[in-house]
Amino acid sequence: MKSPILWFNQLGSPPNFHAFASRWMPWYFGTALLLLAIGVWGALFRVPADYQQGDSYRILFIHVPCAYMSLFVYATMAIQAAIALVWRIKLCEILAMACAPIGAAFTTITLATGSIWGRPMWGTWWDWDPRLTSELVLLFLYIGVIALDASIEDRRRGARVAGFLAMIGLINLPIIHYSVYWWNSLHQGQTIRLLGPSKMDSRMIWPLIATIAAMQLWFFGSLLSRARTMLLEREAGKAWASGIACSDGTRASQ
Amino acid sequence: MNTPTLPRAAGAMLARDLRLAWRRRGDTLQPLLFAVLVVAMFPLALGSERARLAMLAPGAIWVAALLASLQGLDALFRSDAEDGSLEQQLLAPVPLSLLLACRMLAHWLTGSLPLILIAPVLAQLLFLPNYLLAPLLLSLLVGTPLLVLLGSTVAALTVGMRRSGMLLPLLALPLYVPVLVFGAGSVMAAAQGQDWLGAVLLLAAGLALAVVLAPLAAAAAIRIALP
Repeated sequence: MKSPILWFNQLGSPPNFHAFASRWMPWYFGTALLLLAIGVWGALFRVPADYQQGDSYRILFIHVPCAYMSLFVYATMAIQAAIALVWRIKLCEILAMACAPIGAAFTTITLATGSIWGRPMWGTWWDWDPRLTSELVLLFLYIGVIALDASIEDRRRGARVAGFLAMIGLINLPIIHYSVYWWNSLHQGQTIRLLGPSKMDSRMIWPLIATIAAMQLWFFGSLLSRARTMLLEREAGKAWASGIACSDGTRASQ
Repeated sequence: MNTPTLPRAAGAMLARDLRLAWRRRGDTLQPLLFAVLVVAMFPLALGSERARLAMLAPGAIWVAALLASLQGLDALFRSDAEDGSLEQQLLAPVPLSLLLACRMLAHWLTGSLPLILIAPVLAQLLFLPNYLLAPLLLSLLVGTPLLVLLGSTVAALTVGMRRSGMLLPLLALPLYVPVLVFGAGSVMAAAQGQDWLGAVLLLAAGLALAVVLAPLAAAAAIRIALP
């Protein structure tokens, strides 16, 4: 039995990470899909309609997990970038850059579902409300990180420079989170709490927990899948990568 | 030869940048001309109705100042990187962040200060009421250094590229959003008779933070981004 610290250190080596990602990716995706199916089924058919909003509020079961993930993915990206800059771990650079498109997708879904919900509820697709604006800025930050990474040809330097930008943009996260308290915004305040009672009815919460867990697992699966591909691309010249490419080729031909 | 002290190195850096700006006076004044033209577009696009222009004036002047501050940002560190003087600054026995802070100060003095000086004229072009001139000038005075500090930190990230083109505004504008919101917001608040100093004080707090952190961040960014 290896010690956890040794196991963790060895995970940083590309072949070990490739094996780890290949083994766990299907489990993450599979569990995520299962939980998402349960959550969406519960959200659409099991929980009661809202006394005021009727059935329209059910979009929240997608909107809230994606909004939470848009922040979580950004924080993950910035932390990976900081680790990559301080300890110069190649794998962390790759993980940080793999976060960016996933986070951008979650942010886009958040903005889109919020907009679809806002049309019947607020009577407008968009409002220049602090939380909406700061979430839009978050999307621009993600796009900026992706663009900066893509515009530098040296892959390692590109990842490090874009990672530094991600760390600068980190100041936006508290602004998004506290915007509903600092300014009297149109967007409602926090209704779900980890500690203490939630302001949401307890019968409505369980599908939300399922979809949040599903999005979280989907993110980990997606991260492993993207990082694995980026790793193979970068290490294309190495023996272990060509070994994997050859073994995949023979398996496909059989 | 004696070793350079911090004040002497900073003074030499500042003098060099100001001298360079003076030698290329035409280029230095381009952002100013650009801002004047941007402001002049608003009456042409919106019609010359006085009341409406007066209402939009603070926002229009702030957007013009913001766009003008992006001009010249691209060349701020790149020209030094190309002729090798940035490498000498990296090797110098004084902290890189101090030298970069001097460069940012010179950039503000040559790029943004003329714009603030000409802002009363721009305000007249858009019929801004006289009592709003003080909030406008004060918010520009506190806000434009913040724009320069944020913008040069981002410019430091793109220093390794041959040309950044549209990338630099794409990266800098999201970071400019809070400055614009509070800067233009303070003048708007004054127009509605509300307390406008609060937003300016928030900008000033941001400026105090950025004066300390931005040169350090820019120095770190240059070390990462230089090939």
